[in-house]
Amino acid sequence: MIDRLANGFDPFVIPFMVGMIFVLAYCGIGILVILFQLSREDRRRFLLSLVKPATAWKNIKDIFLNCLIHVKLWKRNRVLGFMHSSIAFGWFMIIVLGHLEVWLFVPERIRLLYYPIFFNFFVAETETTLQGAVFFFLMDFFLLLILVGIALAMIKRIRSRFFGMRRTTRASLLDTIGLYSLWSIFPLRLICESFTAHISGGSFLTVPMNHFFRWFFGNELNYLPTWWAYSIALGIFMLVLPFTRYMHIPAEMMLIPMRNAGLKVRHPRRGFARIQVLSCPGCGVCIDACPMSVRKENLKDCTVYLNRQIRHHNERRITEISEKCLMCGKCSEVCQVGVDGPLMRLKQRELKKYSINQHYRNIRPDSFPVEGTGKVLYFAGCMTHLTPSIRKATMSLLSKAGIEARMMDPDGGLCCGRPMLMAGRQEQARELIRLNTAIIRASGCDTLLLTCPICYRIFKENYKLDGIRVVHHSVYFNELIQSGLLKVSKDESRTLVYHDPCELGRGCGIYEEPREALLAAGNLVEAHQNHAESICCGGSLGSLSLNYEKRREITLNAFENLTAEQPDAVVTACPLCLNTFSHYADRPVEDLAVVLDKASES
Amino acid sequence: MDFGFSLSPSSAIELDTLDSALYRKLCRIEPGARTCIACGSCSATCTAAEHSGMSVRKLLLGLQRGRKAEVERMLSNCMLCGKCTMVCPRGINTRRVILTVCRLYDNVEGTL
Repeated sequence: MIDRLANGFDPFVIPFMVGMIFVLAYCGIGILVILFQLSREDRRRFLLSLVKPATAWKNIKDIFLNCLIHVKLWKRNRVLGFMHSSIAFGWFMIIVLGHLEVWLFVPERIRLLYYPIFFNFFVAETETTLQGAVFFFLMDFFLLLILVGIALAMIKRIRSRFFGMRRTTRASLLDTIGLYSLWSIFPLRLICESFTAHISGGSFLTVPMNHFFRWFFGNELNYLPTWWAYSIALGIFMLVLPFTRYMHIPAEMMLIPMRNAGLKVRHPRRGFARIQVLSCPGCGVCIDACPMSVRKENLKDCTVYLNRQIRHHNERRITEISEKCLMCGKCSEVCQVGVDGPLMRLKQRELKKYSINQHYRNIRPDSFPVEGTGKVLYFAGCMTHLTPSIRKATMSLLSKAGIEARMMDPDGGLCCGRPMLMAGRQEQARELIRLNTAIIRASGCDTLLLTCPICYRIFKENYKLDGIRVVHHSVYFNELIQSGLLKVSKDESRTLVYHDPCELGRGCGIYEEPREALLAAGNLVEAHQNHAESICCGGSLGSLSLNYEKRREITLNAFENLTAEQPDAVVTACPLCLNTFSHYADRPVEDLAVVLDKASES
Repeated sequence: MDFGFSLSPSSAIELDTLDSALYRKLCRIEPGARTCIACGSCSATCTAAEHSGMSVRKLLLGLQRGRKAEVERMLSNCMLCGKCTMVCPRGINTRRVILTVCRLYDNVEGTL
């Protein structure tokens, strides 16, 4: 390979250079701004994590697997995974190979940013550089891979159902410009490399096309306009990139190291949150996942639109979306880049100012004395007090198993604090946590049993109850059954389906214990979407603004999902889910404790 | 002698000094507030009732009668637990009522 042009420059590289310098400057300044926005402690932690070998290696591995290969997408849908990884990995390889070529054949040009991209324009093949053939082959191979990916992307625009997606996001104007310039980059590259293939060399794609073009056009002067077009397409793409969803390409490479360093969203717009918002590729997987999407008017209330509104600084919509969310966590469960939508909303809620701020200074923990000496303390919580069957069955099961248990709130106690926490009112939640902790400590128990996953989650995550085991009744009763303390007889004729409550499943990662316990009482079938992808019942306390009528369709859809296999009864482990489903159910809805109590011998 | 209940002292609804801006704004934000039938389910289930006399029924009445001090005292112990929402036969989003009143109490013109 030798330089074809002595000065190594042609004016057509200018559009590319403008775009490239703009993107580099934008990202460079952006990184500095975000680092500045992080708290001092977070910044220190992040910078230290970059030099720690273990995290550095994890960063490289995660960036490679997630940004280039898109492992999570492959697991979701193979065609979708192939489409994304062919474009991302193919493009990455073309850039890497381009740099290798420059470094091997014309090392003195390595400082020129545009040289690896337009290598085939600037060089001519010589007798001695036949080893270049392997590069030509690889270049054509990866270009073909990208072109297949682009073709799939075009099909996806027309029929997203082929890719397992019912709904995709509606692109904004700039997104559309970005999309079309991205689509045109690679066909243009193929055409311009084909035009010069007889000079610079080529392989299975470019050489035959070169013969065709020369036979068809005959005039070698035609190739310059195509190189111009290629450079302009790249330039446009990079100029609009910061303002489109394609910003996720550089942002995700920043998000992964920050997440690996253990950073969390502290402010809904600044620092880590900003990187999260920019990393959202707008794929729209969260639209299908969001339980609210069954209602057409709520289609734009899912995380992808929250991110878009944050980018557009639309305060009214940001507040609206943040308050409407059920906080079921499914969007972050299915998110390909791991955007924590519920946490962003929670931080947004925390910004709100109230004229009346609740306090509980007048409530004394010793006005809730716990009587008795049993080591197991059962806290029913607000929701269980409204579903007394659960409380009764739990006490009955405990006595059947011969466990001496006491109730923390026989005549109603205090709220656990989770509803306040989810409303973004940390101060109030902390006060309730302090009061409940004092009551629990005074009782001298060693196990705290809960029948409500909402309570369970805050007791697990926010209470400091060292030395006391916090356990949900589904786990506890399963242990009693497995250890033989609780005898349960199986009704072979009855089929049950288990509904994973959001707070217990996605919230605390408890999926298998309730199922194991239920298997002792009956046959189990699965819902259409289950485990981490179960659908919120619609009754969630997470939503502050969604009212009863609007939740109806959400509940009906969740119920339909549960009864796909026609079970005899629906079983759940949350009093709120139980209550919500009971309003519309066409078959019995029972709590796990009630099912076990009916099936157990005294 | 303690009969286990007491009579409320007599009080008057002074409509000429009543400022119902907050109530009107509340009804715009959560129209369900107007549909309350004062059945008292929320009062009966409320976790904060025994601490601050909280009751969404009374809260709505208090707003319509301009009894601001009472409203403020009732709300002071609310824990947002959602029992009132769960039992409301009219399906009123009582938690939204509470949060809206807390937010706009001193600042009716404020944005939500």
